[in-house]
Amino acid sequence: MMEPPRKRRWWVFWVPLVLFVLFVQLVAWQLRHPAERNVVSAMIGKPLPSFTLRPAIPDRPGLAQTDYTSGKPRLLNVFASWCVPCAAEAPQLARLKALGANIDGVAIRDRQADVTRFLARYGNPFERIGADDVSAVQLALGSSGVPETFVIDGKGVIRYQHIGEIRAEHVPLLLDKLKEAGL
Amino acid sequence: MIAEFGLAALWLAAALAALQLVAGGLSLTSKGAGFAAVVRPVAIVQGVLALLAFVTLVYLFCVTDLSVKLVATNSHSAKPLLYKFAGAWGNHEGSMLLWVTVMGLAGSVVGLVERRLPEPTMLATLAGQAFVSLGFYAFLLLSSNPFERISPVPVEGNGLNPLLQDPGLAFHPPTLYIGYVGLSVAFSFAIGALLTNQVGPVFARAMRPWVLGAWIFLTLGITAGSYWAYYELGWGGWWFWDPVENASLMPWLAATALLHSVSVLASRNALRAWTVMLGVVAFSMSMLGTFLVRSGILTSVHAFAVDPERGSFILGLLTLYIGGALTLFAVRASSVTEGQRFALISREGALVINNVLLTCTLGVVLIGTLYPLLAEAFGAQVSVGPPYFNPMAAVFVLPMLVVMAVGPLLRWRRDGLMRVRAMVALPALLGLAVLVWAAAQGGAGVLPSLGLALGLALALASLLPLRGRNLRRTPLNIWGMVLAHFGIAVALIGAASDSAFTQERLVALAPGGKTNAGPWTLTLRRISPVAGPNWTALEADLFASYNGAAAVEIKPQARSFWTPPMQTSESALITRWNGQLYAVLGDEAEGGRWQLRIWWKPFVPLIWYGGVLVALGGVLALLGRVAADLRRILARGKITYRRERMGR
Repeated sequence: MMEPPRKRRWWVFWVPLVLFVLFVQLVAWQLRHPAERNVVSAMIGKPLPSFTLRPAIPDRPGLAQTDYTSGKPRLLNVFASWCVPCAAEAPQLARLKALGANIDGVAIRDRQADVTRFLARYGNPFERIGADDVSAVQLALGSSGVPETFVIDGKGVIRYQHIGEIRAEHVPLLLDKLKEAGL
Repeated sequence: MIAEFGLAALWLAAALAALQLVAGGLSLTSKGAGFAAVVRPVAIVQGVLALLAFVTLVYLFCVTDLSVKLVATNSHSAKPLLYKFAGAWGNHEGSMLLWVTVMGLAGSVVGLVERRLPEPTMLATLAGQAFVSLGFYAFLLLSSNPFERISPVPVEGNGLNPLLQDPGLAFHPPTLYIGYVGLSVAFSFAIGALLTNQVGPVFARAMRPWVLGAWIFLTLGITAGSYWAYYELGWGGWWFWDPVENASLMPWLAATALLHSVSVLASRNALRAWTVMLGVVAFSMSMLGTFLVRSGILTSVHAFAVDPERGSFILGLLTLYIGGALTLFAVRASSVTEGQRFALISREGALVINNVLLTCTLGVVLIGTLYPLLAEAFGAQVSVGPPYFNPMAAVFVLPMLVVMAVGPLLRWRRDGLMRVRAMVALPALLGLAVLVWAAAQGGAGVLPSLGLALGLALALASLLPLRGRNLRRTPLNIWGMVLAHFGIAVALIGAASDSAFTQERLVALAPGGKTNAGPWTLTLRRISPVAGPNWTALEADLFASYNGAAAVEIKPQARSFWTPPMQTSESALITRWNGQLYAVLGDEAEGGRWQLRIWWKPFVPLIWYGGVLVALGGVLALLGRVAADLRRILARGKITYRRERMGR
């Protein structure tokens, strides 16, 4: 048009590029650090909540918080007969037991007959098994699913939480955690 | 053999894309002018080869060739043919192949028909198109080969995600994809125009049909996707602000803005740098959407195969293309001379306000979608949902609707609000009346009431540009605009009515039990098992009666698929002119009763009718533009023909 050309601020045209570079930085960082989707228990480093569970099957005793003051660290495995990954981790639990770990179980929302069948089929690494019919103890432990495995030290303090099934590569890690807890 | 044929076609197409890029680039230099003649034919053949590769893949899916890994992992011989067919693009590799095919074909069409642009701009555009295609060819061939064989050949395939086994969804992804990829042409045009400094009305007219076409497909794709989510997911909602939905909405918002600014550039030679910027942004949003969906960086109901390596690859492409284009824009935009000036109160002024508001809405959606990523970088986990999106989007959308009602009535360059005052008085009064009525009724909520009032006012106002025109001589593109704006109003009325008046009922019924929802009375007759081709289901037999009229039978199902094992709910719908009844069968409750979820949603189908009207408006506008172009081409042809005859 007839009007004199307005002087434009040249830097305006660089703003989109700068924003884009920031965006790329952000997502590149995100891609390298995949988000932690697990819910980590807030109970780590704290003593076990007090609980008493009746036996889940007749031939093993039930489980109570007082069982964790013997001075020796123990593993506490949260499982269920209806949980497929729990069956998948059974061989690893057996190996941990063979390597000297003491393991207790908490059966979540389960029936006696089902637990018996499950243990007969996949093996029974547990010294004690408590029945947690309404997930009360599970929630008190800060566990959000099955299976999960906790390392409890000799004074009854929760030292470590393993979320999901134990695969073969996790066994040394759990043993290390047990040793740190004084095994 | 057939899979290898497809792979060969794909490699050849990639090689031609490389040739197209090199020849197109060289032809722009002073010494390489001889390469110019190669570019168009290469672009055409490249598209055809990509299409061949895609047709090959579709064929492999139709005959369920399980020796091809992609078929084995995504298909199953017991699947209905339609879903075998659609399964070809219902997965990562196939959809990427669809992407390059659409890009290649778009390049073919540009090469075949585009004659208006100055030749250098044209060549730069095709080179740009080849540059983008090449990255996707590399992605396909190096990290997601769709024709990879598997050995030993499995006896049976894995099947397709049952949620995707739906006629609507067979065509929803390709529709969206065509829209996404169509925007790549606008992107290439913008790059070509920037490189050759030819940003002007000619460039805008060449780009406009592509933007319109892509926008039509995006509109249809989003409408279809929304309806699919509505009846297939069984949640009774039609928009969830899910990251993947946002990924399709953002290119649509950018394309809508581009569509309007390109019109200003074409007819008034204004908004030059802005239009180029939007051309880049629109395709960037398509690529960003693809990246967000495929990389799995955001959690969403649309769980595609998540693969960090693929995510990195797409991010690389994104950085290369968008970063490159934005750098080019930053360097060149200051040399794009300013276009025509105009007053604030004018057609251009309204379009600029509309553009700014659309861009702000885009910003709101983009920030809401990416915010969880940003928060996660600082160690917090958040999810952003309707409480953020609804009010924040409304802040910009509501004024935009007002501008939309008034803008088309204004004259180009300079106008006064006084002149249009009389015309907008009637819609404004209607809107106010509705608002007062809604407030008197109470309980409808602020946003739904505003939406209802604005929707009805806009529906009336959108017809006003036809006033005083000879309807038979009104150009098709005006009809298109009117229809599209009217469609927006219709969709808005549907959405507002859904949130204001929906009645929901969650009950547990034993066979013989009765319940009601709104004007409907429902009786549960029985629950019975039924079997389909690759599923079994529990089916509820419900008799629904509207205000005591004769009962209609509906059968919502809870389906179990076995390949792969998955539960889905098939809702049952009754559509009346004044709304929809929506029933979902839930789990078995105690005492032989069954959970049923019933909604009565007054006028809810208007949402999707509106979407279709908007797309139809786009089709009319496109037809109008293309017809005008054809007439011009034919006229020019006649002149050259006469000249040739005279010359002899």
